[in-house]
Amino acid sequence: MVSRKGKTNGDAAAAAGAGTMERAVIDRDGLDALIAALQDDGYQVTGPAVRDGAIVPGRLATGADLPMGWTDSQSGGHYRLEQGDPDRMFDYVVGPQSWKASLYPAEQLLFTARRGEHGFTVDEPRIDAPRLAFFGVRPCDLAAIRTLDTVFEGGPFTDTRYQVRREGVFIVAVNCARSADTCFCASMGTGPKAAGGYDLALTEITAEGRTRFLIEAGSERARPILANLPQQPAGAKDVEAAETAVAKAAKAQTRAMVPEVEALLKRNLESPHWDQVGKRCLNCSNCTLVCPTCFCSTVEDRTSLDGHEAERRRRWDSCFTMDFSYVHGGSIRRESSSRYRQWMTHKLATWHDQFGMSGCVGCGRCIAWCPVGIDITEEARAIADSEGRK
Amino acid sequence: MDTSLAADPGPEIPPARWSGVDPMMPRPFTVKRVRKELADTFTLELEPADGGGPIRFQPGQFNMLYAYGVGEVPISISSDPDDPSVVAHTTRFVGSVTEALVHTRIGSLIGVRGPFGTHWPVEIAQGEDVAFIAGGIGLAPLRPAIYRVLSERQKYGNVVIFYGARTPEDLLFRKELQSWRSRFDINVHVTVDRATGRWNGRVGFVTQLIRGGGFDRHSSVAFICGPELMMRYSIQKLQEHGLGNDRIFISMERNMKCAVGFCGHCQLGSQFVCKDGPVYRFDNIEDYFSIWEL
Amino acid sequence: MVKVEGLETLMEEHPFFEGFNQEALDLLAGCATNAKFDAGTVFIREGDKADMFYLIRHGTVAQEIRVPGRDPLVVETLSEGDLLGWSWIVPPYRWTFDCRAVELVRALGMDAACLRAKCEQDHSLGYLFYQHMVPIIARRLWAVRMRLLDIYAPAPKPKL
Repeated sequence: MVSRKGKTNGDAAAAAGAGTMERAVIDRDGLDALIAALQDDGYQVTGPAVRDGAIVPGRLATGADLPMGWTDSQSGGHYRLEQGDPDRMFDYVVGPQSWKASLYPAEQLLFTARRGEHGFTVDEPRIDAPRLAFFGVRPCDLAAIRTLDTVFEGGPFTDTRYQVRREGVFIVAVNCARSADTCFCASMGTGPKAAGGYDLALTEITAEGRTRFLIEAGSERARPILANLPQQPAGAKDVEAAETAVAKAAKAQTRAMVPEVEALLKRNLESPHWDQVGKRCLNCSNCTLVCPTCFCSTVEDRTSLDGHEAERRRRWDSCFTMDFSYVHGGSIRRESSSRYRQWMTHKLATWHDQFGMSGCVGCGRCIAWCPVGIDITEEARAIADSEGRK
Repeated sequence: MDTSLAADPGPEIPPARWSGVDPMMPRPFTVKRVRKELADTFTLELEPADGGGPIRFQPGQFNMLYAYGVGEVPISISSDPDDPSVVAHTTRFVGSVTEALVHTRIGSLIGVRGPFGTHWPVEIAQGEDVAFIAGGIGLAPLRPAIYRVLSERQKYGNVVIFYGARTPEDLLFRKELQSWRSRFDINVHVTVDRATGRWNGRVGFVTQLIRGGGFDRHSSVAFICGPELMMRYSIQKLQEHGLGNDRIFISMERNMKCAVGFCGHCQLGSQFVCKDGPVYRFDNIEDYFSIWEL
Repeated sequence: MVKVEGLETLMEEHPFFEGFNQEALDLLAGCATNAKFDAGTVFIREGDKADMFYLIRHGTVAQEIRVPGRDPLVVETLSEGDLLGWSWIVPPYRWTFDCRAVELVRALGMDAACLRAKCEQDHSLGYLFYQHMVPIIARRLWAVRMRLLDIYAPAPKPKL
């Protein structure tokens, strides 16, 4: 879809898939060494961290910062961190924050303007984005990053702010050996194993009471880094153990998106079901905030009290607000049902027309973080069922 | 509907293109003139203040106008696309930004981003009849298209303008309408919703003008701009007249913050009205018209 | 009386009679007259007996209401191809508006008493006639409703 020249992940990963992939097995020391190697290369390493009772991207200084021994319990309107197997490193899945915030901050300064003698001058702030390494990107979130790339760089216009931050991000993916109850990536075709788009991918394998990691290179620039890690060769057993682990995670998923949901929603824009879900929806916009692909924004213009300085900021916005569709006189989407329909049909149906892909990656965040537990897979199923009843 | 007699109207509207550096950054423009058109409507004439070239636009495209510290609004360009020395925008002052814009002084600066969006593809109507149907302030976005057609008048068949406004006092570009009307090669029909006996023109809804025709039932292209309701019913009349939906073009209005498809506000089904529109061939968005609150 | 043959031609040319068969046209021609009103003439007065109706062939007619101390209010204008007047089928058969020729108006005038009698005698003719009248009335009413919406007015300030 999008050509990402100068970035390694896409094409290189495809080439790697053709059989030239480099693999190895590392242990916990290897993870430490990897984080150190990335830092030595000038990357600021961001990875999973426990904060406020949830796993969110945080700055990693060493491998010891990784939240070992944690797992999560998720369901509709529910997220709890729990103690899991103390030896396991990646047994939690996705938390409320995705990588979106690093590539596309929730608030960005677009420009500052200063009043002068003849009007005003406009200055664009320089973006001092550090070179980032994303450590522990789950396959669903990897798909979400690809989606954002298409949104901000794939069309006739390019969002230079996104481009600057995205350029050169090093991605260490982690394939999922465990699914939460909210996960449905298998049905969206985005996981639980990353299909590409990463520099390195890890799969946690436990054999004979020992936890180790199968590590695979997906890009040219990842090869030397991998080569320098303390490692053992990956045997057929290790590869098989990794395959088994992700297959088990896929099989464990209790939720699935109904097939052909794009066409389903497009022919059901006036389904009475929208009213039902509209009544339950609080229009809180949590789902849009936790969604790793929701990209809508608004702008805010401010001035200093004396009027000498002004600025414009771009902030995340949500299609669940009344203001969102305001045209002189009122909002287009007045009903909660219309706003929910907009969100869901955009994710699952019209996104295909706009960007040639689904806007939903099956991460399940919207399900866990909905205060009333509305479940996008259930809503789609209810609409499918209503067709059967007709 | 039988459109078998209709010639192929040609290609779809070409997609919007952008040649600017950063579409999110406004360029400074000097206010050359603020012309009060109606009690609540004004025209802002602008020229570049950054030493850069003029804005080259196509009829029907719009700019984002930034009033220092107040905010930004999308406003379609109302001037002649073949005279790039000045770029004009005609709008009502109804919100905080347009209020600020109407009060700008000659010589002061405003920010401009654009031009954005698809355009009225008048070129595809060459050799055929052209009907412009405008309602209220909707004449402003159509005016550049009218200029373009009149500048190459010989390339078109009959040209007819149907214009509906609220009252005789609300007729936009009145002098120009009169001068167009006095030409022998264009038909101008005007109607108002209400009037007193001092008004010797027509009183009625704009769709009632369409029946009068003046354009070929099959090989015509219609360009409609006005309130969505007015466009909806004008389309119905054109359909009754025999015009296919692929020969009807309309301009949509939605909330816009960025104008480049990043902010998501202007979505209409699969469409980003800012870059896939605002001008649409009707058959391409026809299905969306009947769905409430889409 | 004007010659009937000429009137029949004019009737056939008027869009109102599209779809009338020759027999019906012959019958109705007996009720028709040719009418012409100079610009400025008020040829129908509100409250007067509605003993005619008109099919406009040329020119514009303003339907108005007089208000003391104000310019007359124009309710609607009608022009070429339009039907003017249906008070003659609605008891008590009185005009509800003044009608002024804005410019020279040429029209076919139809004698209402004659028409009512013919429709009463021949119900299929009456049905045909009403079949042509009702859509016109419906479309006219629709257009008035549209104007009632005042769609070009600035939207009211939203309630916050």
